[in-house]
Amino acid sequence: MNLSDNSTVLEVEDLRTYIYTRTSIVKAVDGISFNLKKGETLGIVGESGCGKTMTALSLLRLVPRPAGKIVTGEIRLNGSDLVQKTEEEMRAVRGRQISMILQDPQTSLNPVFNIGNQLGESLSIARKDDRKGLASRAVDALRKVNVAAPDRRLEDFPHQMSGGMKQRVVGAIAMSCEPSVIIADEPTTALDVTIQLQYLRLLKDIQAETGLSIIFITHDFGVVARMCDRVAVMYAGRIVEEGSVRDIFNNPSHPYTEALIQSVPKLEEKVERLYSIEGQPPLLSNLPNGCRFADRCPHAKEICTADYPDSFNISEGHTADCWRLDSSW
Amino acid sequence: MVDNAPLLEVKGLKKHFPVNEGLILMKTVGYVQAVDGISFTIKQGETLGLVGESGCGKTTTSKLILRLEQPTEGQVLLNGQDIYELKGQDLKNYRTEVQAVFQDPWSSLSPRMRVKDIVSEPLVVNRKVSAAEKQERIAEVMAQVGLHPEQADNYPHEFSGGQRQRIAVASALSSYPKLIVLDEPVSALDVSIRAQVMNLIKDLQEEYNVSYLLIAHNLATVRYMAHQTAVMYLGQIVEYSDTEELYQNPLHPYTKALFSAALPSHPDLIQEEIVLTGEVPSPINPPKGCRFHPRCPFAMDRCSEEIPIPQQVSPGHQVACHLY
Repeated sequence: MNLSDNSTVLEVEDLRTYIYTRTSIVKAVDGISFNLKKGETLGIVGESGCGKTMTALSLLRLVPRPAGKIVTGEIRLNGSDLVQKTEEEMRAVRGRQISMILQDPQTSLNPVFNIGNQLGESLSIARKDDRKGLASRAVDALRKVNVAAPDRRLEDFPHQMSGGMKQRVVGAIAMSCEPSVIIADEPTTALDVTIQLQYLRLLKDIQAETGLSIIFITHDFGVVARMCDRVAVMYAGRIVEEGSVRDIFNNPSHPYTEALIQSVPKLEEKVERLYSIEGQPPLLSNLPNGCRFADRCPHAKEICTADYPDSFNISEGHTADCWRLDSSW
Repeated sequence: MVDNAPLLEVKGLKKHFPVNEGLILMKTVGYVQAVDGISFTIKQGETLGLVGESGCGKTTTSKLILRLEQPTEGQVLLNGQDIYELKGQDLKNYRTEVQAVFQDPWSSLSPRMRVKDIVSEPLVVNRKVSAAEKQERIAEVMAQVGLHPEQADNYPHEFSGGQRQRIAVASALSSYPKLIVLDEPVSALDVSIRAQVMNLIKDLQEEYNVSYLLIAHNLATVRYMAHQTAVMYLGQIVEYSDTEELYQNPLHPYTKALFSAALPSHPDLIQEEIVLTGEVPSPINPPKGCRFHPRCPFAMDRCSEEIPIPQQVSPGHQVACHLY
């Protein structure tokens, strides 16, 4: 394990994942690049259908087949390119180096196996052990995710646990092989507010302890503000803005980011009228040539509909794809 | 009728569901106290927000008000009339006066009905209207919710989530209701679409002077939409106040915890978090005394024995807690 703090764990370069349907090509992920450092939390924010989940599935090489395909790009995890790996080799990567927590614990756990079985399955992949050994490791794993009375919980089935507890078990399974990267795809959307906070704090604690890197996929800016170090905003298959969490909140530079932040009601103050973005995102099967946000953008000019904007640097580590940032605007 | 008399008045409403055991000789072994003695009022043209975690009885409350459930005890008065005593034509009128918009527009709209039939259904089912009147009303409400009247012949699957929710709102509005129950109206929608629908719902309130009962778990949404807010915990209202007063000065420990658990809108606003231990207890055997005391950081001896009675702490601000 690398001990230097700023080492990059995951590098994604020009990743394109397309889905081929009978009538069209859906460009779910259309040329995205980002880095993830050790112990860092990157938030990928966007609306449904912008390609967030497809990005996550691409990283795990779990794009639905045969329709979906990684067309180009590199995914370098701890130095080796996942796109080039065979299915056999990928099996050694999933769970051990990169793992995932899904949105709904009700569907990600198997209803007919008890918790001990399901945890044991992934723990035995990490290291072979006898029944007793697995059971005691399962108890430890549950204790790490703050499940009360873990030794009595092993015999429980998913339906006997509450949503928050189930999501903790899912977390324990995801972390059972000590991966270096975890992708959390909206892990708290199905949970209540007070339980959500418990879970987010737990993830932070585990991260502080193990130096885990987390990719947090969400549409909730509250989760981003609470959890993330850096943020990538996705729109119609592209990352339109990327920066540190404070860059994004204090100086949103892409009109979409700006509009998205303004359209969320605030808990801390009374808002008289919310800004609302009119219209809808373009279809991923029929993308315009120019900026994909142009037809909803209040600042759009001719150039916006003609050419896709370059990526402009606003400050160290803060970039946005918008012609407004060009000197000739 | 006096102008500032409440439109809807809920008095000591209770709903207990029996828990049965045994296959042939069913024995009632207990009751789920889903709603246990709640009271509130909604004024004409105003919105009451009902917040709480899942299982606290928000949805049962809305079903009771829609008269889809019979209460165990208590009254619901609309314009001074007990809704559980309505029969025949009066009940039909009630059904036109109170409408609902549900969370998920994918399951709340019938896939086999055209939009025009969905929108006009509350109108034709309960009242006699001529075909011309119906046509006119469909075109009118569809335009009001921002849809093209020509789309009235389409089926729901031809619309996006935001548009579907607009159809649901149009349908609720078509019979000129006095009260609309909004059960998580925006939580199934995308962030950028949420603002559109929330603004629409607010605008229509001004236009129609209609009242809303807004059920939501997102506190920021409630602050944006509601005039008054009631916080529910395990079937009871623990705090009830004007929205701004409540958000600036939350008193009940549960309300405080709920607010501190809500996520900040900016990374610099991360505040001190009150983390509640454990989870909501079962409503079958709720804790004695104050129902919140097993999780309350300020619990005293008294809390486990005595049920706190709602106290008026300032005008329009009620709290049920022994601290006050």
